Amino acid sequence: MTDTVAQHIDYKHALPAEVFTAKDLVTDQDVRWCPGCGDYSILKQVQTIVPQLNLHKEKIVFVSGIGCSSRFPYYMNTYGLHSIHGRASAIATGLKVANPDLSVWVITGDGDALSIGGNHYIHLLRRNVDVNLLLFNNQIYGLTKGQYSPTSVEGQVTKSTPMGSLDHPFNPAALSLGADASYFARSMDRDPKHLQTTLLSSAKHKGTSVLEIYQNCNVFNDGAFFIYTDKETKALEAIFVEDGKPLIFGENNTKGIRLNAQGKAEIVSLEETSINDLWIHDVKNIDKAMILSRFYDDPSDENHLPRPFGVFYDVERPSYDDQVQFQLQIANATKVPTLDEIIAGNNTWTIE
Amino acid sequence: MLKNIEALDQVVIRFAGDSGDGIQLIGSEFSMATALARNDLGTFPDFPAEIRAPAGTLPGVSGFQIHFGSVDIHTPGDSCNVLVVMNAAALKKNIDGLSKGGIILANEDGFDIKNLKLANYPSGVNPLDDLRNNKDYQLHIIPITKLTRVALSTYGLGTKETDRSKNMFILGLICWMYNRPMLSIHEFLQRKFGKHPVIFQANIDVLNAGYAYGETTELMAERYTIKPAKMPAGKYRSITGNAATALGMLAASVKSGLQLFFGTYPITPASDILHDLAKFKSSGVITFQAEDEIAAVCSAIGASYAGLIGATASSGPGLDLKSESIGLAVMLEQPLVVINVQRAGPSTGMPTKTEQADLLQSFHGRHGEAPLPIIAANSPSDCFNTAFEATKIAIEYMTPVIMLSDGYIANGTEPWLFPSELELAEINAPFAKVIDGGKFHPYQRDENLVRKWAIPGVKELENRIGGLEKEDVTGNISYDAKNHELMVHIRNNKVKNIANNLPPVRLDSGLDSGDLLVISWGGTYGSVKTACLQLQAEGLAVSHLHLRWLNPMPKGIPELASKFKHIVVPELNTGQLKSILRSEYLIPAIGFNKIQGQPFTIQELKDSFKTQINN
Repeated sequence: MTDTVAQHIDYKHALPAEVFTAKDLVTDQDVRWCPGCGDYSILKQVQTIVPQLNLHKEKIVFVSGIGCSSRFPYYMNTYGLHSIHGRASAIATGLKVANPDLSVWVITGDGDALSIGGNHYIHLLRRNVDVNLLLFNNQIYGLTKGQYSPTSVEGQVTKSTPMGSLDHPFNPAALSLGADASYFARSMDRDPKHLQTTLLSSAKHKGTSVLEIYQNCNVFNDGAFFIYTDKETKALEAIFVEDGKPLIFGENNTKGIRLNAQGKAEIVSLEETSINDLWIHDVKNIDKAMILSRFYDDPSDENHLPRPFGVFYDVERPSYDDQVQFQLQIANATKVPTLDEIIAGNNTWTIE
Repeated sequence: MLKNIEALDQVVIRFAGDSGDGIQLIGSEFSMATALARNDLGTFPDFPAEIRAPAGTLPGVSGFQIHFGSVDIHTPGDSCNVLVVMNAAALKKNIDGLSKGGIILANEDGFDIKNLKLANYPSGVNPLDDLRNNKDYQLHIIPITKLTRVALSTYGLGTKETDRSKNMFILGLICWMYNRPMLSIHEFLQRKFGKHPVIFQANIDVLNAGYAYGETTELMAERYTIKPAKMPAGKYRSITGNAATALGMLAASVKSGLQLFFGTYPITPASDILHDLAKFKSSGVITFQAEDEIAAVCSAIGASYAGLIGATASSGPGLDLKSESIGLAVMLEQPLVVINVQRAGPSTGMPTKTEQADLLQSFHGRHGEAPLPIIAANSPSDCFNTAFEATKIAIEYMTPVIMLSDGYIANGTEPWLFPSELELAEINAPFAKVIDGGKFHPYQRDENLVRKWAIPGVKELENRIGGLEKEDVTGNISYDAKNHELMVHIRNNKVKNIANNLPPVRLDSGLDSGDLLVISWGGTYGSVKTACLQLQAEGLAVSHLHLRWLNPMPKGIPELASKFKHIVVPELNTGQLKSILRSEYLIPAIGFNKIQGQPFTIQELKDSFKTQINN
């Protein structure tokens, strides 16, 4: 067997991770997102939580594709690879399989992951490669200056859709669970505390973790998610789910979600319904996660369900990179032929 | 019965039948028996793209040609001396390729009314009737299907299972005709059917029945012997181009001490490289069947970023898809091996037919100025050296490298005097080291303009790289006008400079001045070499230059070319190397081109070269 990468690396640090802080993660490059962009908050929260993960800084790699979000690796003082449009998931797969010892993060956006990179995205999830994928969803193409994206709402007027977008948008939660993601969570740039908690949870998940982050593009799609963040609307429009807890929302937590006899989610008033009859969130339950992922109504619809935030689904199944290593170990456990033996093959003859 | 034994110095046999008749199998088993009889040989499988075209039809015909002899063999041969046809369609499709005086062995049962109709012969016409009276050919009509059924009559097998063994009959008969030992075939059948003793024995019985048929029947009067070839001493094996390509990369992995990561997507005619490498897990090889061609190359780029040998293989359509990603590898200046087993294009083209029309794509098939080294294999066994060298250059120069193979050499076989591990060159990966007190700059270069490979996991080398233009040395993003121009030149010069460490131009045969210089590249090597040697033997002042490295080319080409009156570049395309030679060196090269999905015949090359000389 040839050496593994690990054998080429001088691991001075085969010891517990050295302590580093958010400051150590800042690079000497000027951050070049538009002033007011939601990406600043995401960068800050990532830099805040990464030192809490007990990682070796030199084992962290941020891989991105193309788009505003994909500038992210330049601002993290770790290893970083800013690749090409849509392909970060494919590159990260090769990287993680090549060296499973690394902590690999994929930074991508709604266009990068779900449009040009849609194929790699679903295959990453079904394989369950152990990477942390942060999906910056701003429902717009920012870097190309304002065309609609695969998550833009129907009818959205953009530079490329002056009469409104005709495309039916992707629902990233439903898409991910449909591709058998082992982890899906949603958070938002404008709720730093929730974002940090969810980042920590997704980073700790073994297997592909998808964290969709609602991110405001204040230049081309300002306010797309304000109803989930503004004080006046947040309580009614957003529901924060937690494992083992009932689904409660609304002003003063007066509303709840119940699964009715038909298995449909419905909003109930806690003045009329007991808290014991509410849906108890269970991150291990795929059926419930699937229903939760369908809380994707147009907020202008009457009787629409609130938009969920938090961890939808979190189960363990073998990661692709682990299984590759497992097969290599099994193969290596039997007699390993030498290169000379392999080259010679089964049938040789000698000319004197 | 006493048979005449005639000595020959070389023979070309073509097996043809329905794609379900097991033609490729008897071809490869006869090749192995022939190799073990110490003959030099070359083979050419010629099969349809359809896995099972309707049985008996013309599109369903599968062929396998083998050229073997006591002399040096460089090609699978132009026309054949012996044509084995299992049905009417196989005869119709291949009769034109039979030399005058050639032998036809026809399966009578493949010429019934149904088969004649499927082969589009007019009602009432059986081509065997005409051939019987044709003095140009020796026709042997053998009821192979019936004789196979007789041989297996006591087995109680179904007709379908019985008939499946009929290829063994013809294999036995041919082995008798050419006096081949059948031990390797027995061993093969043992490996294949060891778990099914009845089927194994049935195949052996049919094989022996074929052999005995030659021995006893009065139809077959002649038997032939071909003396062992005078080949360099040493240990040999038989190898296909694709198998040699896989081994070349594996060898580079062992010599460099780096694991091989092979990310790929199945495509004809490159898939066998994946199948072979997937067997080498115990040597640490990781194979990854990606969701598409782009993911295939991108996963290899990811693995290479991690410090492994990242490699991918495909054919033309896949290369189209990989272009942008290869451009990224050019920008990242990171090792990547890209193998293109060329096939006839454009678009889906003719997937199982050969062509060498992707040379200009290899040079220019990326946007922007994106130079990379290009090397082409010249024969099945040469794929080993070529894949090894491509990987070595990729690692040592931190660059993507394209290796060009083609369907003809990928599937062809030849004897290979294989090297031992000790004979292979060393490969040294330029890993970055931590500089005490200094800051690591990812785009700082050595005297060959090669940057260092800083892989994740190494402390103090944390850095960010990507597809955006780099500032010289620091690797920071830069839109500076002069810097961009500088970086374009650096990337270009890095590739050009590889020529400093390559052997200078060297003729394959002929004198270093004369009437005609033939410049070839890739899989046409064997045919061009043979044509040139034959013309030299006729006293013509022809010399042959074969290019292995296409980018950069070896030094000294224009100086050499200036000593010849004519320069011809034979290619299986419309003149791609010719265009490069003309534009790069102002050499008045003339093309000789064939774009039929088939290799050159030696005769057509000789005719063309003679015409050039007389011009």
